[in-house]
Amino acid sequence: MARLHLRERFKDRDTAIFGVLFLGALVFPIVTMFATGSSALIAQAGHAGTFVLLAIGLNVVVGFAGLLDLGYAAFFAIGAYTYALFASAQLGSSPLHHSYHLPFWLMIFVGMFVAAAAGAILGFPTLRLRGDYLAIVTLGFGEIVPQLSYNLPQWTGGINAIGGIDQPSLPAWITGPWAGANSISIIQGAACRVIGSGTSFAPCFSFGFDPIAYYALVVIMIIAAVILVGNLYRSRLGRAWMAIREDEVAAAAMGINTVTTKLLAFAIGASFSGFAGAYYGASIGLVSPDDFLFIVSITVLVMVVLGGMGSITGVIVGALAIYFVLNTFLPALPPFVENLANNVGLGFLNTQNGDWPGLAQETQRINFLVYGLILVLMMLLRPQGIFPSRVREQELKHAAVNEDEAAVEQVHAS
Amino acid sequence: MGGISVPDSGFYIISAIAIVLLGAQAVSHPAAFIQISIFGIADGAMYALVALGYTMVYGIIELINFAHGDVFTMGAYIGTAILGFFAVNENSFTTINLVALLLVFPVVMLIMGAINIGIERVAYRPLRNAPRLAPLITAIGMSFVLEGVMFLWHGPATVHVPDLLPHGPGFQTKIGGVFVGFKDVFVVVTAVILVSLLAVFINRTRLGKAMRATAQDRDAAQLMGIDINRTIAATFFIGALLAGAGGMIWGLYYNNIFYNLGFRTGLVAFTSAVFGGIGNIPGAAIGGLLIGLISAYSDYYIGSKWTEVVIFGILIGVLVFRPTGLLGMRVPDK
Repeated sequence: MARLHLRERFKDRDTAIFGVLFLGALVFPIVTMFATGSSALIAQAGHAGTFVLLAIGLNVVVGFAGLLDLGYAAFFAIGAYTYALFASAQLGSSPLHHSYHLPFWLMIFVGMFVAAAAGAILGFPTLRLRGDYLAIVTLGFGEIVPQLSYNLPQWTGGINAIGGIDQPSLPAWITGPWAGANSISIIQGAACRVIGSGTSFAPCFSFGFDPIAYYALVVIMIIAAVILVGNLYRSRLGRAWMAIREDEVAAAAMGINTVTTKLLAFAIGASFSGFAGAYYGASIGLVSPDDFLFIVSITVLVMVVLGGMGSITGVIVGALAIYFVLNTFLPALPPFVENLANNVGLGFLNTQNGDWPGLAQETQRINFLVYGLILVLMMLLRPQGIFPSRVREQELKHAAVNEDEAAVEQVHAS
Repeated sequence: MGGISVPDSGFYIISAIAIVLLGAQAVSHPAAFIQISIFGIADGAMYALVALGYTMVYGIIELINFAHGDVFTMGAYIGTAILGFFAVNENSFTTINLVALLLVFPVVMLIMGAINIGIERVAYRPLRNAPRLAPLITAIGMSFVLEGVMFLWHGPATVHVPDLLPHGPGFQTKIGGVFVGFKDVFVVVTAVILVSLLAVFINRTRLGKAMRATAQDRDAAQLMGIDINRTIAATFFIGALLAGAGGMIWGLYYNNIFYNLGFRTGLVAFTSAVFGGIGNIPGAAIGGLLIGLISAYSDYYIGSKWTEVVIFGILIGVLVFRPTGLLGMRVPDK
């Protein structure tokens, strides 16, 4: 009884975190709109949502199946480019000479499948190999994909990136009866794209550059991803992943097809990345190879490891925490330090002098160092992450206890 | 399993095609081909020095030491700082240049060795029994820390390394339309000396034997009375000696360094180590040389913007077709 109670409490911890996160997600736009009067923070939160999606996806590969993927950004890039190419004027200037404007709601799934297929193609010959080799192959793949997009400007725009990507649109009634015409066309027509020009007679509701619409979309996507991944984790496949992670040889002996199971983890993980990539392309409106470099793969990996591998709540919290450190905390440091120096009478440090670039500049340069130290300290102090997957530990312990009980019962019965 | 397996034959076919294509170039434009080969060998010698560190560390604790590339760059940075104390002459080779050169190498190598022992002590040793992912993340973290230190030190701009080696028209010979500079010879000779010293050390000394034993089976080595911590620290020390020297040579050869030079160089050197068969010391040297040659050919015949794709394509190809690398050492599967 006590054990059941304990187990419920652990389950409750995750439920409680989900509840807090969900309420926070609901309250956040309202509070920031009232407090700051601008939607800039909401746009940033929408961007952070991309990384939450990426972390949830990488968690399937790294946390559930125990495979190390060092080129996750490549699949992110594949998803983003899939959407960008088929929802902008880009292909018009390519050797195809014809541009496509396919709807976002279709392309987001296409991007997902293309990324999953890329994951499967890459994984198929290499997943037979030992774990480290997979990490190296993904690392190489992660380097090749952005290089290809730099080197093939006629297709991908190269360093100039793909701009003017279509925004998602929904039936007009989404915005309410005041939106005018009540067409239910969800395919973005010509009329929809003039919405920015001030004519309010659009037959559909374009997301435009409204951060709140993207924010709502990404929250819905994250909720869907969490439900999906949670169910996967509790499924037969999820248990097979766990078995492989704990002991591949034993798992194979139990009749698990390790290659297929690992391939599925790899492809499913990649599909989330493709999903996130399509959303990213739509919300930023610009897809550049600079957004998919090695540092992105590492950042997502750090989010997963910091949050707690295998724990869905953990990786969400980890993703938000790292995103906050990278995009809010570190950029805010230089002006803060500069003001501090002025206030305490060390203002002379702020002026550039010979080799000394000024305190603000020097603080900005420290970012790399701080990020590196965070990584090292985090692994040394709390290698299991902020919210490690305690349900899993509990399950393992539970199994051991049950075995003992069964043995005792057998003794009694005989 | 005897004979040639299917993946192996794929590897041979691709190698054969590449060799035939290059051979055609060599026959039709021999001078250009040899000139490119000389650049490639000089580059390859530097990659080999870095690759040795990757392969030694991987061989002994199965860690991809991401910070190694930055140890290499750090060597060049510290070397440049030391050269700042000398009144070296960039236009002609003076006695001061010679003294500085003879002094800077051992000092840089020792400093980098000490730094790498420190990194191992702080970031890897406490995690030796942790899940494999943990030391890998700290390695990436240490890489950022080293890059951060160099960034703080000199900022994002490139740093000039004094051009103190003999150079210019007086110090290069033209053999059949091919230029061979003193610098090229210097790079290759230094690398060969260092690699030979390493080979002697590994094969002839007690510590070298301990390192080989630890790489083979850590527990058994410990039972035989080998001090594992000391052996692993020695591995990091020697790896950093070579990387520090490599960085210094790179700086003297190219005269330009920047804070994240080690990222790309490290990945290329790591590819060399995998190419030669990770964990295999002669393999890393040969792999480095070959990768240097391949990247030089790719720069010239395909275009330098494709070189990275070619190198990482090779990395993936080797792992798919011949995961044990060129020299095919068995890798214990744990």
